[in-house]
Order: sequence, then C-alpha cells, then structure tokens
Amino acid sequence: MRLSIYRYDPDRDAAPRMQDYQVALEPSDRMLLDALVRLKEQDDSVSFRRSCREGVCGSDAMNINGKNGLACITKLAELPDHVTLRPLPGLPVIRDLIVDMTQFFRQYESIKPYLINDTAPPERERLQSPEEREHLNGLYECILCACCSTACPSFWWNPDKFVGPAGLLQAYRFIADTRDQATSERLDSLEDPYRLFRCHSIMNCVDACPKGLNPTHAIGKIKEMMVRRSV
Amino acid sequence: METVRADVAIIGAGGAGLRAAIALAEADPKLRVALISKVYPMRSHTCAAEGGAAGVIKSDDSLEHHFNDTVGGGDWLCDQDAVEYLVQEAPKELIQLEHWGCPWSREPNGSVAVRPFGGMKKQRTWFAADKSGFHILHTLFQTSLRFPSIERYDEYYATDLIVDDGRCQGFTAIEMRSGQMKRFQAGAVIIAGGGAGRMFPFTTNGAIKTGDGMALAYRAGVPLKDMEFVQYHPTGLPNTGTLLTEACRGEGGILVNKNGRRFLQDYGMGPETPLGKPVFKTMELGPRDRVSQAFWHEQKKGNMLPTKWGDCMLLDMRHLGEKTINERLPLVRDVTTSYLGVDPVTDPVPVRPVVHYMMGGIHTDIRAATPLAGLFAAGECACVSINGANRLGSNSLTELLVFGRRAGLSAAEYVRSARPGNDAALEAKATAAQARIRSLFEKTGGKESTAGLRKEMMATMEQNAGIYRDANGLSEACTKLGELRHRYAEVELNDKTNVYNTDLLQALELGSMLDCAEAVTVSALARTESRGAHQRLDFVERNDTKFLRHSLAFHHPAQPPRVDYCDVVITTSQPGVRDYSGDHK
Repeated sequence: MRLSIYRYDPDRDAAPRMQDYQVALEPSDRMLLDALVRLKEQDDSVSFRRSCREGVCGSDAMNINGKNGLACITKLAELPDHVTLRPLPGLPVIRDLIVDMTQFFRQYESIKPYLINDTAPPERERLQSPEEREHLNGLYECILCACCSTACPSFWWNPDKFVGPAGLLQAYRFIADTRDQATSERLDSLEDPYRLFRCHSIMNCVDACPKGLNPTHAIGKIKEMMVRRSV
Repeated sequence: METVRADVAIIGAGGAGLRAAIALAEADPKLRVALISKVYPMRSHTCAAEGGAAGVIKSDDSLEHHFNDTVGGGDWLCDQDAVEYLVQEAPKELIQLEHWGCPWSREPNGSVAVRPFGGMKKQRTWFAADKSGFHILHTLFQTSLRFPSIERYDEYYATDLIVDDGRCQGFTAIEMRSGQMKRFQAGAVIIAGGGAGRMFPFTTNGAIKTGDGMALAYRAGVPLKDMEFVQYHPTGLPNTGTLLTEACRGEGGILVNKNGRRFLQDYGMGPETPLGKPVFKTMELGPRDRVSQAFWHEQKKGNMLPTKWGDCMLLDMRHLGEKTINERLPLVRDVTTSYLGVDPVTDPVPVRPVVHYMMGGIHTDIRAATPLAGLFAAGECACVSINGANRLGSNSLTELLVFGRRAGLSAAEYVRSARPGNDAALEAKATAAQARIRSLFEKTGGKESTAGLRKEMMATMEQNAGIYRDANGLSEACTKLGELRHRYAEVELNDKTNVYNTDLLQALELGSMLDCAEAVTVSALARTESRGAHQRLDFVERNDTKFLRHSLAFHHPAQPPRVDYCDVVITTSQPGVRDYSGDHK
C-alpha cells in the first residue's frame, strides 16, 4: 500500500513535509497499525505512539485520510490503497504523528474527573442498582484518545477555554453516577460562556469517536440540567 | 544534568505505580512523589486486563478458600505469608476502589457482582463488564489527580538506577519530547514497570511490555526471581494474540477440539460439566497452565483444527446468547468481530495459547522491598511471590493493588530515616549512565539493527521457551541469547535526532528484553523438574526435595546470569496434589 505521512522533526526540519512510502503488507496484517509497524522496520525514524494495539489504551490516535481514528482498529481492508496520515489536528506537533496532549489533559483535569462524595463511606461497597450503573453506559468507555476534541472546531479555536467533547463527556459521566454528590458544583464550574456553551452541536465528535460514543448527547444532557436549575 | 528531587520516585504509572503513589500521598501529604512513565498513565497495560480482580466478598466464601486456591494454583511455589496478606487485603482494596468510583458491575440488590474464574473454588472475581483493568486504571489515575503531592512525568524513560552508599537513591531518565536526560534524586525508588511478554512474538502484551523495570533492578544487582515461569493464556486470538478473557469460560463458554470434543476432560479436568453451567475448578475452569498444556497435547495428537491462522481450538460461546455476551463480554465480541471477523453470538471462535504474564520478576519480600536498600517493586515486574509457578486469573489486578499500596507504605516508612545522599557521587553516576546512552546514540559503523536482533530473540524464545521445554532447546536458547547480548553492542541507530526518538527507545527496550530473556532461559534450564507453567519434557515430575525453592538469577555484565535459590515460605499448606477433577475437592 502507499502511505503518505506527515513528517516533522523540529531538530532538523524548518517546516513539516509529506513523505511517501510503499509498504509491502503480509497476509496477517489486518489493521493500519500493522502497516505502520512494518513501515517502522523500513524507516526507523517515522514516529508515532502505540501501546495496547487493541483499541483500549488510546495511544495511536491520528488523522487518517482526513478523519480522526485509532490506527489499531482501523481495518486495512476498508481503506483505499493510498492512505494519508497526519497528526491529530489542532494540537501542537512534537514530531511526525506525535502531538502534545498537554492542553487536552488540562481540560480533562479541569472537570475534576473523580468521584466526589463527602459522606463517610460505608464499611462495604456503596450500593448501586444495575439500572443506576447502566446510566454510565456510553460515558465510561472513553479511552481519552482525543479523536473527538481534536475534530471539534470549537476546541480548535479555544483549546484553553472550551473543555471540549472528551472532558465534557467525563463531566457528565460523574454527574450521572448515583454515587457522586457534586452535581451542582460540577454545573457551577461549567457555567461560563466558554467551558460548556462553546459546543454548537456540530457533532464532529460523534463522527470521530472510535469507540462509538456520543459526547454531543452528554453535552446536551448537561445543558438541559443547566436550564432546568435556572428556571 | 538537570536534577529532579523527590522523596519517593516511582517508575511506571500503571495500576501498581498509581496505587503506590496514592498510598504515599495519603500516608504523608508532605512527601514529594515523582511518578514517571514511558507512556501517559492510562496507556499502561493494566488497561488491557479484562476479566476482573479476585477478593473474598460473598458470604459463602472465605479467606482460607482464596488462600488455598492461590497456593495450589501456584503449585506450592507461592510464599504463603504473602498470599495470606494478599487475600486479607484484597477485599479492602476492591472496596476502596469502589469508594473511589470504580464502576463495578452490580447484582440486582446493588451490591457488587462477582463471577467464577479458573482455579477458584468460589465466585470472587469482581468485574466491570470485561474491561475491569481499564476501569481500575482509570479510577486510579483519576483519584491520583486529587493529590497535589504527586508530580507526574509522563513520557520519561528510565535508563539506570543510581546506587550509592549501598542504597538506591534515584535514576536517570530520558524526557522523550526533548531527548534530554534528567537525574531523579529520591530517598526511595519504587519500580512498577510491568511485565516482559514482548520477548515472545505471540503475546497478549502490548508493545510497551518490554521488561524495562525488571532489567533496571537486575542490572543494579537485584536478582530476578522465578523467571522461568511464563504464563500462557489458553485463549488468545490466533492471528494477533489479543486476549479473550477467561471470563468467556467463567460465563459458561466451552473449549472443543476439531472433533467437537470438550478435550479438557481427557487431561484430568473432567468429568464433562453441563453446557452453560460451569463448575468451579473443573473443565474450562481449570487453571491456565493445565489448560494451555492440554492444547499442546491435543496438537501432538492431531486434534487441533487447521485454520488460516494456524492450528486452533474452538471457544464456543453461542449458547450464552446475545444478551449475556453484550452485557458481560462486550469487548470480547468487539475484538473477535474486528480482528477475526467472527461473531461469538453465531460462531465458535478459534483460539490458541498465547504468552500472557510473567510470574517471576524482581525479588521482593512481603513489604515489597528488594534486597537493595531504598528500592521497592510491585505489580507484574515484581515477584513477591503470590503467584508461584502459575498465577490464577484475576489475582494479578488484586496483586497490583495490594502490593502497590504496600510498596508505597514501605517507601514512606523507609524515607523517614533515610540519610541525605552525596550529591557529587550521585551526579557522577548519572553522568556515567548518560555516557552509556550517548555511546549507543552516537555509535556509527555498527552492523546490527534493533529490528533484526529482536526478531531473532523472539524466534528463539518461541521455539525453545514455550509451554513444554527440554534441555536441548533451552541450551540452544541460552547460547543464542548470549550471542545476541554480544551483538547488541553492535546496534547502530538510524535516527539520530533528540526529539521523541522512538528508535533509541526501541533499542533500549530490546536491551531490557534480552536481559529478561536470558534470565528466563538460564533459570529454566537449571530447573530440572516440571512445576506449574514450567514443564520439562525431560523432567516430567515435580521435585519438591530439590526444587521447592525460588530461583534467583543474578546479572553479570558479560556472562550469562548466575542462578541461585532461596526457600519458599510455607505457613499452613504443605505441598500436595493439584486436583481439578470434578468433585474431588
């Protein structure tokens, strides 16, 4: 297959460039990451992140023919013979396909992504019915790969002020958890012109999520709660 | 060299490293904790653990049962004082995770749900669908964000421990994004660097599992214990090695050979149990070593099914129905469909055994302390040892919690009385470490490539250090790995840039794997008996007189490791017969 890859090494390159490769695939190669691992044996200098290679760790998010996705679960059979790979858009590039995730994680951390419950915990587990637990479905599977936030024009414009779809999905994950008691504090922290309300329901995030999650829906839920508590 | 000063520095931010960091922060908020990892914490391999974590919680279970299952499952090579500590702390840790927000699956009454697992006498495996490790890791990462005393250094690769005055006082590490080396100076160091499955070509382990933590300690003179015990998980996807959790069988999935026979009954794990009604410690709920070994024998008999991915057995889950599979095993369905094109709801899934876990690792005691003062270790990289010769499924997530915490507490206690270090001496050692990396980085005229040597190492391990071993194969592997160790000095990098140099990283990782691989094969050759996951075709019996002992491999820079032994701690359970045959329990 033919791979065109965004190359940039700040040590050597004045500007980024695209480099073309021919990669000979083996019959066992099934996913785009397999092709990248083969390419790396041809050219050691091509740089990308990868870890679990099964779509759980979120390392190998990149822009694949214009769409964000994970290389390890993108099927070669469903790609054309010529594939263009670029780093996730909107984040500073460290090198080649490796982006600086600092801004992304800062937004994630800003929503206090941990359970807040100030009552003394019981000796055993806190009870939660299977139905209550199900409220987390579609929220708690997020792997923090950043495919969604880096597909979002609002995040491109205001990565320092807009929490972005990934962070907001997590905000709602804790609001939806019956064990969490900080709903009003969480809503307060999102009550400003940017953090939540820069979401204009463009829904690129839904299209980009490799895990099939729907951040726009979760954001809608938060907005609904905001409205309900203000009337 | 830039110096980062901390009270305790932790290498590895997966489950064990994060749990240790939180324990330190809770023990004393004034302690400065530096948490370094070669990947962002949530990329650590804990995230790929699927089935769950064992801890006694239901009224029909007891700590004694968990203890006996673990010790028998480990073929009596476990240290029983450590197992007692594990089973006693396990429920506390799992409840603690619940209080921190871990989304455990639930029973109708709102209590946590548990499922059966291989080699366990009762249902005691806590789970969060089939993404238990993922949720444990995320819960720990999220909780760690509450503690300002934990300073993270994401994407730093530790290269050398710094030992002075007979104690570990820090390490050097490369900041990946700049390529700069930094010196971490700390009163105590905890290694939580994970396993080394990547020394084999066919493994469930992600690309980052290259034994770096083990190799760090090993080169600093700490022995690697019981390295010959490498766990094969019976049910890997035949093309990629991706794990299909044991929970597939815990939920009632069955294993059949090409004739449709549930073959485990022919290997001492029968009688056959009713379809969809798994019986504890029987048939498909036998321990991983025995089940994987049965695959090997079936292959010899020609009973495996030839497929385009090689010879396989079939994991049949069709009778569980779509609803159960979606609720309890969603990731399994996802993975088999995307990687194999097989939907477990409608078709049996081809599987074969795959390298999964290192029972062995850095020699630690029950306090998670290594023999080197100031150095602690926990998680898969450590051998405490609760797994003995064969780990039971769902004990490893529990282990990283219990001993991750213990490592944190032990380090906190240790640094209270640690003397300040000699800055000049430490700086000199860091400079020497830097020179070693620089010479690899700048080397020209080298004849070897990382990818080439890695392939040869993997082929040797696959061929000679697999499920069944013998003296010929192991000797050949030892010779080959010795040769690769020499040739490694001839590796030349193609990429000579500072910024995020993955070529350099992979060369260093290969160095770690070669060290671990040699410890595996030399220890395996020396253990002339069969026990748990270490099966010798030329020594088929367990030999308690000679080998009811832990092996200890000591590093030598230019020669194969020296192997020594230490006693197993036995408290209440004398070595007996491992019985997985139906109702004889």
